[in-house]
Amino acid sequence: MRHIISILLENEPGALSRVVGLFAQRGYNIETLTVAPTEDNTLSRLTMTTTGDDRKIEQITKQLNKLIEVVKLVDLSEGPHIERELMLIKVKAVGAQRAEIKRTADIFRGQIVDVSASVYTIQLTGTSDKLEAFIEAIGAGCVLETVRTGVSGISRGEKILSL
Amino acid sequence: MRNYKFIIQPERAFVFRALIAQLFQLPTPLRACEEDSTVELLSGGEMLVRALHESGVEYIYGYPGGSLLHVYDALYKQSAVKHVLVRHEQAAAHMADGYARATGKPGVVMVTSGPGATNTITGIATAFTDSIPMVVISGQVMSHLVGDDAFQETDMLGVSRPIVKHSFSVRRPEDIPELVAKAFHIASTGRPGPVVIDIPKDMTMPNERYEYVYPKKVKLRSYTPPQRGHSGQIKKAVELLLKAKRPVIYAGGGVIIDGSSDKLRALVDRLDFPCTNTLMGLGSYPGTGERFVGMLGMHGTYEANMTMHHADVVLAIGARFDDRVTNATSKFCPDAKIIHIDIDPSSISKTIIVDVPIVGPVGNVLDEMMALLDESNEVPDAEAIASWWKQINEWRQRHAMRYEKNDSQLMKPQEVIEAIWAATKGDAYVTSDVGQHQMFAAQYYKFDKPNRWINSGGLGTMGFGFPAAMGIKMNFPEEMVVCVTGEGSIQMNIQELSTCLQYGIPVKILCLNNGSLGMVRQWQDMNYEGRHSHSYMESLPDFVKLVEAYGHVGIRVTGRDELPQALEDTFNKYNDRLVFLDVAVDPEEHVYPMQVPAGSMRDMWLSKTERT
Ligand SMILES: Cc1ncc(C[n+]2csc(CCOP(=O)(O)OP(=O)(O)O)c2C)c(N)n1
Ligand SMILES: [Mg+2]
Repeated sequence: MRHIISILLENEPGALSRVVGLFAQRGYNIETLTVAPTEDNTLSRLTMTTTGDDRKIEQITKQLNKLIEVVKLVDLSEGPHIERELMLIKVKAVGAQRAEIKRTADIFRGQIVDVSASVYTIQLTGTSDKLEAFIEAIGAGCVLETVRTGVSGISRGEKILSL
Repeated sequence: MRNYKFIIQPERAFVFRALIAQLFQLPTPLRACEEDSTVELLSGGEMLVRALHESGVEYIYGYPGGSLLHVYDALYKQSAVKHVLVRHEQAAAHMADGYARATGKPGVVMVTSGPGATNTITGIATAFTDSIPMVVISGQVMSHLVGDDAFQETDMLGVSRPIVKHSFSVRRPEDIPELVAKAFHIASTGRPGPVVIDIPKDMTMPNERYEYVYPKKVKLRSYTPPQRGHSGQIKKAVELLLKAKRPVIYAGGGVIIDGSSDKLRALVDRLDFPCTNTLMGLGSYPGTGERFVGMLGMHGTYEANMTMHHADVVLAIGARFDDRVTNATSKFCPDAKIIHIDIDPSSISKTIIVDVPIVGPVGNVLDEMMALLDESNEVPDAEAIASWWKQINEWRQRHAMRYEKNDSQLMKPQEVIEAIWAATKGDAYVTSDVGQHQMFAAQYYKFDKPNRWINSGGLGTMGFGFPAAMGIKMNFPEEMVVCVTGEGSIQMNIQELSTCLQYGIPVKILCLNNGSLGMVRQWQDMNYEGRHSHSYMESLPDFVKLVEAYGHVGIRVTGRDELPQALEDTFNKYNDRLVFLDVAVDPEEHVYPMQVPAGSMRDMWLSKTERT
């Protein structure tokens, strides 16, 4: 199963490499990884998605918790949560395709953020599933380039990940 | 680049005084401003040495080099912290490790950047795998050169990352005392392990001085090792133990690390349950104790492995269900409910799913268990336990540890270990290298006390035993320290004979010389139809001449009749000398019992021809 692990990490050089190194060293798989400073500049917030059975995920979270720089950790997928990913995607857009792509982008609430004679650059946010659905909808054949941020996540309601 | 010279100093006048002091080489440290008499100005190098001293360090094991010259100069100017110059940095790490295993306190290593640092890697990994507290200080090139592939630059933090509990890089000299305090705290609490502090040379400049403040308390918001086990879980565990009909207590190195061997013994004896030890746990329960069924696992005793396999309740204490213990995990203890006490949550249900996990320090959990047993009006089912013991004693009757002595003078390795046990009255610190000799030592030397059996259990590092013995002997000069080794392993750190001469470290080296990489050869005999691919040590040195060249005593023993006199000489005549006993043993001998690969605990070879 896919899990979204969210971590408050000491904002120190080397901390991120310890997290990433752990995955490599123990043969765990990272699907996406996003990291940026938080409102508290001593902390970074890191979101990663990974897959594995319950036992594997339990090991992953325990091993992560052992890292001295991991301040707090939550598996967001254990409760209601919001996940978002941003994608910038360049698609071939010529002739009749132009209107069609625009319409599809609208349906997915994407925005065309750059235009050239034969190319649209579209910005889209949503769950990873939605981004994939969009690519499928416009047809992989006209995709020239994609770049995705990886998943960011936060739990719903009152639950807060903080010190 | 940061400019440390302009870091604000408490008082200009004070800076001036410090400068004068330096010019005239007045003794440092100086007392600073009147209102705060604790403030001193020290260079980074001096801070490091001072902070080590304040962290309780008596000995450092190390080797100097360019990046550490300022620190070595600071070491030279004081006497509180003593430095032992090894001949290879790997040995420094093993010395510190041996010291740590025998005393429970972190061992300290100091090495220069680049090759000095990388030479410690095997030693750090050895300590990491066995959860041994260690602080490694590695020099680094100047901060402004880091990343430029400078001379003797290695990314030590990167190289060591997977094998340390934590690591620090010094970015400001005034942080040194705090980082040292943190390193010792992390290394020695919770599940212990090695911590690396990487220090760029410019952090230790002798003419740049900063306020020295050693923290009274270490603050680490994200590091809080468990202080006690969950009472509800402990209660469940005790209930399970009281209902057990075929119980066994399986205790590992965690008991020794936590200093809780007495508590283990009290629990075992009170419940009258059988106790087995892992390779790392030997000595946590007395090896000659009646309730001790021996070591378990790959080369465990027949009775220990049978007891485990047939148990209905297994209480694992400070042990981690290593693959050399469990054999095939799917066949492990098929009928048992398993209770697991461990300080590291990630050890729990890692390889074997357990029924009652308890995360906490062993000693504290055992205290609570004892208290619950005191309160409870229930006692173990005496009848069931009695018939369980009857069964275990039948297994014992098989005498699977017997071996046959040769008719010729050529000794079996087992009999040499038994002789050493007798000669040292079972009370020596015994270190070992890795191979058959290690297993024979573990099987035939009965350890009645914890911290006496010192071996690289997890990593299996050949070359560990001798330097580890040196680290122990330096700290316990009155005690007998014996390194049991093989002619293969000893050559991996034999250069330390020189260090032993310099510092007068009279350890005893017992080399079970079978003229081959015995353990490899055994596997080749068993699994490769006796094709001894590269397991034969051709052109062995004359060890007696070799140790004599290093200024020590060498004694060769080729036959049984020579052994008593050799032991007498080793421990009496040459009591204050390093003695290398080169004992010829039967190269054909195998270590038994040996679990059958991919089988259960009870599937064992008991001899070359006998299988369970
Ligand atoms: C550094 C290192 N290299 C290789 C091995 C693999 N290994 C395990 S036991 C062994 C043979 C050891 O020979 P010796 O020291 O003579 O001991 P014996 O088994 O003969 O008693 C080897 C090569 C190891 N454990 N450590
Ligand atoms: Mg050998």
